[in-house]
Amino acid sequence: MQQFVTVTLNGLTLAALYFVVASGFTLIFGLMRVVNMAHGSLYLLGGYIALEIQTRWFTSDSGLGLSLSGASDSEYSVWAWLVPLILATLIIGVIGVVLQQVFLRWNQGQDLRQALITIALSVILADQMLAYWGGISKDIAAPSAWPTSITLPGEVRFGFFRGVVVLSAAILIGLALYLIIKRTRFGKIVRAGVDDRDMVSALGINVNRVFIGMFFLGALLAGIGGVLGGTMISLAPGQDTAFLLNSLIVVIIGGMGSLGGAAIGALALGLVDAYADVYLVFGDLDLTNYSIIVTFALLVGVLAFRPLGLYGRPA
Amino acid sequence: MNPAVSTKRIAWPALAVAVGLFAVAPLFVSDFFVSAILTKTLWLGIAAASLIFLAAYGGMVSLAQVGIYGIAGMAYANLVLADGGAGTAINPYLALVLALLIATLVGLGFGWIAARSEGIYFLMITLAFSVLVYYFFSQVTGLSGFGGINSVDLPGIVGSPEQDPLPRYLLTLVVATLVFLGLGALSRTAFGLGMQGVRDEPARMRALGFDVTLHRTLAFGIAAFVAGIAGVLSVFYNTRITPGSINLAQTIDVLIVAVIGGLYRLEGAWLGALTYALIDNYSREWVPEVGNVLGPARFNTLIGVLFLVIVLASPGGLIGIWDSLRAKVRTPRRTPAPTPVPQTTE
Repeated sequence: MQQFVTVTLNGLTLAALYFVVASGFTLIFGLMRVVNMAHGSLYLLGGYIALEIQTRWFTSDSGLGLSLSGASDSEYSVWAWLVPLILATLIIGVIGVVLQQVFLRWNQGQDLRQALITIALSVILADQMLAYWGGISKDIAAPSAWPTSITLPGEVRFGFFRGVVVLSAAILIGLALYLIIKRTRFGKIVRAGVDDRDMVSALGINVNRVFIGMFFLGALLAGIGGVLGGTMISLAPGQDTAFLLNSLIVVIIGGMGSLGGAAIGALALGLVDAYADVYLVFGDLDLTNYSIIVTFALLVGVLAFRPLGLYGRPA
Repeated sequence: MNPAVSTKRIAWPALAVAVGLFAVAPLFVSDFFVSAILTKTLWLGIAAASLIFLAAYGGMVSLAQVGIYGIAGMAYANLVLADGGAGTAINPYLALVLALLIATLVGLGFGWIAARSEGIYFLMITLAFSVLVYYFFSQVTGLSGFGGINSVDLPGIVGSPEQDPLPRYLLTLVVATLVFLGLGALSRTAFGLGMQGVRDEPARMRALGFDVTLHRTLAFGIAAFVAGIAGVLSVFYNTRITPGSINLAQTIDVLIVAVIGGLYRLEGAWLGALTYALIDNYSREWVPEVGNVLGPARFNTLIGVLFLVIVLASPGGLIGIWDSLRAKVRTPRRTPAPTPVPQTTE
């Protein structure tokens, strides 16, 4: 029972992280039909930028600075985590806008070409990040004042950052996105744009400005995800690929462009990942190595019945 | 991206010259060049050709080709005598046939799932397939060994490449030529024309009574067979296969090769592969070192920038540049070429 609760919490927190990252991916696609293959790169870059700010501004050089994990024994205040989070997130948002304005804006409508452009950018970004931050995995330090773990009823201990911070961040972000999309003027335009872009621009709305806003928001979410993920798991080359794949699977399951679909897809993927890693043991037969097949089966199962995903609509 | 797909017949003289040049090249260049550049060009070109075949004639840009070639390569390496993996140690020729069969069947399965989606959805689903294949083989060490399957047994026809790379090179050349001719011929059969119809007007083809999903699935299966050939040849080339050699980077490399060559003409596959192999081998020597940003170790940045420039400048790749140059030179003297098939699917 204890194990089950822990595994479920693992799945939920993974799902929370997947949701934050994938929601940006799906929102950009929903409005602009842009498949941003560099989304995983923005995730990783966000984490690395936060790490850089944290080590430059908030790490006192008390140790020898030789620690491989990047974590030294210095104390971190809450600001030492929040300031990098906010700055890195904003920087990634701006990078997203620059990317859209420089490379994608004049290709609007050519979705394959845009996908290829973002793939090229992700190749370059991955290589440059490897050059600058190296191949060893690094962590962003959580504030030292925060407890490392909490005890839930039933004697279940679970990581505080993972269980409380990431989960509540994902819920807050989900609520905020819901309110932005449902209640604000920007959200209204976005929803109209998803249904009929040409009509929206014919009505005199500056679509380019809406696109800028959406790319800022979408990239920003990748950045937040990167900081959360960099604190919760770690930052390493290859995480960009992993989170691009996760975002792809989440939105393929949930349906491209749907926020609710992203939430359902993230839950499905996170829980399946967590359970398959632990419960694929039948007596002496240990199949946990094959857990990726369960993920694959989930994807295939959804696609076999709903080729556009659970909440997907034809473009 | 909508440069016209060539429906011309094969330019036999050009093909003869190209194959002839490849055939006599070993007389003039070093063994290293034969292996590292020419052999690699040929098998990498086959992998890219399977992608271009789907993209040009079926309108399906598939990123699953490396996943499928990985399955073929892994299947072959597991079936023959090797260091790591299942090590079934059966006859290499039989293993070759089985590996291609497995790859084709898996390809048909992938195709059946992916075929009902179109365009960008298709790209994403096939990318997910490819990456899942990579994760599968990196997790299941019983099938991929720890650190890959090494010293894989090769069929007798390949000889021993360490001593004499020539038989392997000539075999790859023959296979590449056959793949090129086969895919070219196939595109002019009723099936190939049906594929192009499905690409341009799926709704009308459906109305004409074509089973669009089945057509796409079969096309995908054929491309999977070709990708499988490339996978087995890559094992011949490396005499080993690791999960790392079929990861996302390799998936993207094959896409880069196809796009550099030109997504709309089969011959672009080998042109792209040659460009890629040359840059891969020689860029380390002439690329200036600019801090951390550029230098011998930053091959991916270089190839990424080249990829970006090609995508931005010439959607038809190098072949597209060649075609438009030729068109410019010829237009004053000749009547314009017949209007090519317009590609309406974006």
